[in-house]
Amino acid sequence: MATKVIVVRRPELTFWEKLFIPQILSGLKITFRHFFRNLFLHIAHRLGRLVHLPASVTVQYPEELRPLMSRFRSRHRLTVREDGTPRCVGCMLCETVCPAKCITIVPGEHPDPNVEKYPILFDIDLGVCVYCGYCVEVCPEDAIRMDTGILDLAAYSREAMQLDIHELMDPSLLKPMNDCNLSFPHQCELNDGEMKGSWEAVQGNRHEEPPQTKTQA
Amino acid sequence: MMEFLLIKLALAGIVFFGVLNFAGFHTWVERKQSALIQDRIGANRADIFGFRLLGLFHGIADAIKMFTKEDIVPAGANKTLHLLAPLFSVFFALVAFAAIPFGPSLVVGDLTIDLQVANIDAALLYIFAMLSLGVYGVILGGFASRNNYAIMGGLRAMAQMISYEIALGIAVIGVIMVYGTMDLSLLVERQGEMLFGWIPLWGIVTQPVAFVIFLTAALAETKRAPFDLPEAESEIIGYFVEYSGMKFGMFFLTDFLETIMVACLATTLFLGGWQVPWLAEDAVANWVYVLLGVMSFSIKVVIFCFVFMQIRWTLPRFRYDQLMTLGWKGLFPIAVGNVVVTALVLIIIGDFIEGPAWLQK
Repeated sequence: MATKVIVVRRPELTFWEKLFIPQILSGLKITFRHFFRNLFLHIAHRLGRLVHLPASVTVQYPEELRPLMSRFRSRHRLTVREDGTPRCVGCMLCETVCPAKCITIVPGEHPDPNVEKYPILFDIDLGVCVYCGYCVEVCPEDAIRMDTGILDLAAYSREAMQLDIHELMDPSLLKPMNDCNLSFPHQCELNDGEMKGSWEAVQGNRHEEPPQTKTQA
Repeated sequence: MMEFLLIKLALAGIVFFGVLNFAGFHTWVERKQSALIQDRIGANRADIFGFRLLGLFHGIADAIKMFTKEDIVPAGANKTLHLLAPLFSVFFALVAFAAIPFGPSLVVGDLTIDLQVANIDAALLYIFAMLSLGVYGVILGGFASRNNYAIMGGLRAMAQMISYEIALGIAVIGVIMVYGTMDLSLLVERQGEMLFGWIPLWGIVTQPVAFVIFLTAALAETKRAPFDLPEAESEIIGYFVEYSGMKFGMFFLTDFLETIMVACLATTLFLGGWQVPWLAEDAVANWVYVLLGVMSFSIKVVIFCFVFMQIRWTLPRFRYDQLMTLGWKGLFPIAVGNVVVTALVLIIIGDFIEGPAWLQK
């Protein structure tokens, strides 16, 4: 079958168009309109008038933040039980599903036979993470979420991009940390990666204090 | 003699100071004006002791940055020419301002001071010569960089400047014929007369076609959009690819200096220079007249700069063939036609109609 060739000719410019001048003037009309409108609005804003009409679309970033969508995937966090232990049951699904292989979990035995396991170590390397959100999708316990709204992730070293269980459970923590706020047994970097904490301390918390999301050690 | 020298030095200082500062200010204007056109805010972060002043300090920050940056000369480049090129550019752009009359004669005691650094009787030729020599800086910059893109930019700049200087020159011939002089101060004085007693006899009134051609060609002379093929950031970056630090800064400054230069020239030739419309010289004291004259000149120059900037942020870049077609097939014939028509009209007016004395040939 022979292909049909369609010749599309560029439309010829009329004399008026070849002059350029009407086109230039109509272009200038647009830019002048924007210029004087925005100039007027900027001055009006200085005087506190017409604030509902924006003079520019600029967002002054560090002082002014754009609203985030509720589905936006930001920095991860681990949800916490009432007694201050992670909701995570150490099933390794997120570590398995992670396409960037940025999650490292070391599970430990949980005293409650209904829970079975919990993470004694939970690391996410944000320098590797691709923010796909699969870990959140796959979690059967709603233990990991990406709803902290933290976007300005930057660090001077690769090590500083690695989140451990302390930061994941309390997104307001900033490195370098000075004291550990977790009471259950976990591999604590403040303790040179050795195990720290005990379940008795967690039990004590539960009995002494009313339910609380964050407990101080 | 000593007095004369001091006066000239002072005038040169005033022009130098004014023009360079206005060029620096022009960078701020460019940032803010483009921002307003594009619904943005524009650079507003540089501050001194917490005062931001709408980003006015960005010019100073830029200057400090340029001076402290490393100055790189590419390997194999001609070092002397590489250094000379930006100097040439700035030098010729600055020197051209000497012949612009920026105010009426100031009388101090028994001294009459012309507010013009160099009172040349063929000032127009001098300015055109300096503007043409400015292209040396560009082509040398392209040639000495030992970079194919740079030399492409240099060649484009040269071809463009030569093409448009012809249209520019011929457009100005019409003005010269009407006012019968190449002396810019005399030309400005003659633009002070009135047509029918109420229309100021400015160049824009007597030579509207020449004005449009001059404006277009002058825009091309300044090498800014829509005629920015020599630098064309998105395609070849241009003749200053291999320049860094203050050498680049000089080319950058030349851009603004040339814009101001062309605005001054357009004001002088077509908007009556320092003439204040409907203000007779003997109506006010001499110093008031001078002050108003200088202010009038400055305002006209600022308006021209504003319009040039607005055009620069409105129009997209021409293609190279469009540029050449517009220059050679568009502006050049119209300019020649303008000269012929002007000549015919002048003969007819000279024979039949009463006009100013200098129009009677």
